[in-house]
Amino acid sequence: METFLNWFPLDLPLIAQNFDRFLVGVRVTLGLTFLSLALGAALAVPLAIARASRHRVLNPLVWTYTYVFRGTPLLVQTYLLYYGAGQFAFIRDSWLWDPVLSQAWWCALIAFTLNTAAYSAELLRGAIVDTPAGEVEAAIATGHSYCGRLRRIILPSAFRRATPAYSNEVIFMLHGSVVASTITLQDILGVGRWLNGRYYLAYEGLITAAVLYFIIVFAITRVFRWLERRYLRHLERRREPAAAAVAPPMGIK
Amino acid sequence: MDLLIEYRSQLWAGLVTTVQIALASLFFSVALGLIGAWAKLSANRTARALAGAYTTLVRGVPDLVLIMLVFFGGQVTLNAIGAATGLWDYLEVSQFAAGALTIGVIFGAYFTETFRGAILAIPRGQIEAGISIGMSRPLLFRRIVWPQMVRYALPGFGNNWLVQLKTTALVSVIGLQDLVYNAFAAGRSTDALFTFMAAAFVIYLGLTALSDLGLRALERRYSRGVQRA
Repeated sequence: METFLNWFPLDLPLIAQNFDRFLVGVRVTLGLTFLSLALGAALAVPLAIARASRHRVLNPLVWTYTYVFRGTPLLVQTYLLYYGAGQFAFIRDSWLWDPVLSQAWWCALIAFTLNTAAYSAELLRGAIVDTPAGEVEAAIATGHSYCGRLRRIILPSAFRRATPAYSNEVIFMLHGSVVASTITLQDILGVGRWLNGRYYLAYEGLITAAVLYFIIVFAITRVFRWLERRYLRHLERRREPAAAAVAPPMGIK
Repeated sequence: MDLLIEYRSQLWAGLVTTVQIALASLFFSVALGLIGAWAKLSANRTARALAGAYTTLVRGVPDLVLIMLVFFGGQVTLNAIGAATGLWDYLEVSQFAAGALTIGVIFGAYFTETFRGAILAIPRGQIEAGISIGMSRPLLFRRIVWPQMVRYALPGFGNNWLVQLKTTALVSVIGLQDLVYNAFAAGRSTDALFTFMAAAFVIYLGLTALSDLGLRALERRYSRGVQRA
């Protein structure tokens, strides 16, 4: 063991000593990521419905929102909120300033939520628009109202179809959450940078952070693979497709 | 607004740096993406495994972590190698080089997947036909694979590029004087951070819109030979 530690290029005992700090960082990262994902998804559902509709006011309005938030870096969005809001006296004097807008955590949460809501809304819009026309017609024919159609036919299948693309969004949001460390928050990267700065190191903190992120991404992909296998079963390739495809359709000779 | 005009040269310099680093890293990542796609599709098992490890690793670790590792760690490693071999004296890694290289490597992984999908989309029979009439490997690539691959890859390419352009903003964190860095510095010294960050915000939006237009023109050009349904 002793020789292994001497031979190993990283200072493992130091990492182990500070590991509880990294665990706090993991909590901050996961908290910010999943809270903003949940809030963003909740926002994304009505936004996607508006974007999939032909409403003359709502559709372009939501389009502008998603275009603006998808067309600018998350870093700039976060800076704009965290550093920018303080420029205005009326914001500094408002009741929102002390509890929310002067707090890095809240600013990060708001910026991340708005960002992921824009991406998720466009994802879900694509899935809604891809609903087979026959299903919607059948729903209309059986007397479903617009809301009934959305609730019972369109959204359930759209959620399923959006799942694979959404797993990418989850990973991108986790990657994006490192922006929190640039506005003083101690997320995983924040702790890694702190460790490197404190002990004047080049690798230990950053490599520990990289490994932790890697483990989280691995876990996320596993969960989504399981979800896809469970909820997208009907899209999996059939076992014996050849015979069915070759046989002529019934009634045609 | 007056402030923005007063600081326009600083903003402009930042914009130029942002565009430069985005294009430099795009060049790296397209080259890496082509090599990666070739490796993933090759019969060589080692090449396939290496390419797989590359794309998995890059997707697992956030961009900023890698940028910092290359910038801070790369410096130490290079100087350790220099000291051990005596080949070079003290070296300083520039923020631009570290940023362009790392972002290039990161997006090379995404381009690998894009190009791999595009090559797989080319009808197999066309490649076989090319081989059967005796085309050499480079000729086959130039005449049959490349023109069609570009068309299939363009939508994915466009997406990657737009994300890549925005990712370059992270390089400001290691001190490269790009658009974000300069806007932030100007905002800090004039106590008008909102004004300057909003300006950066709008400029990025402009770059995105411009790229959108360019990509659409490219798509039209490369799908000329294809019938529209």
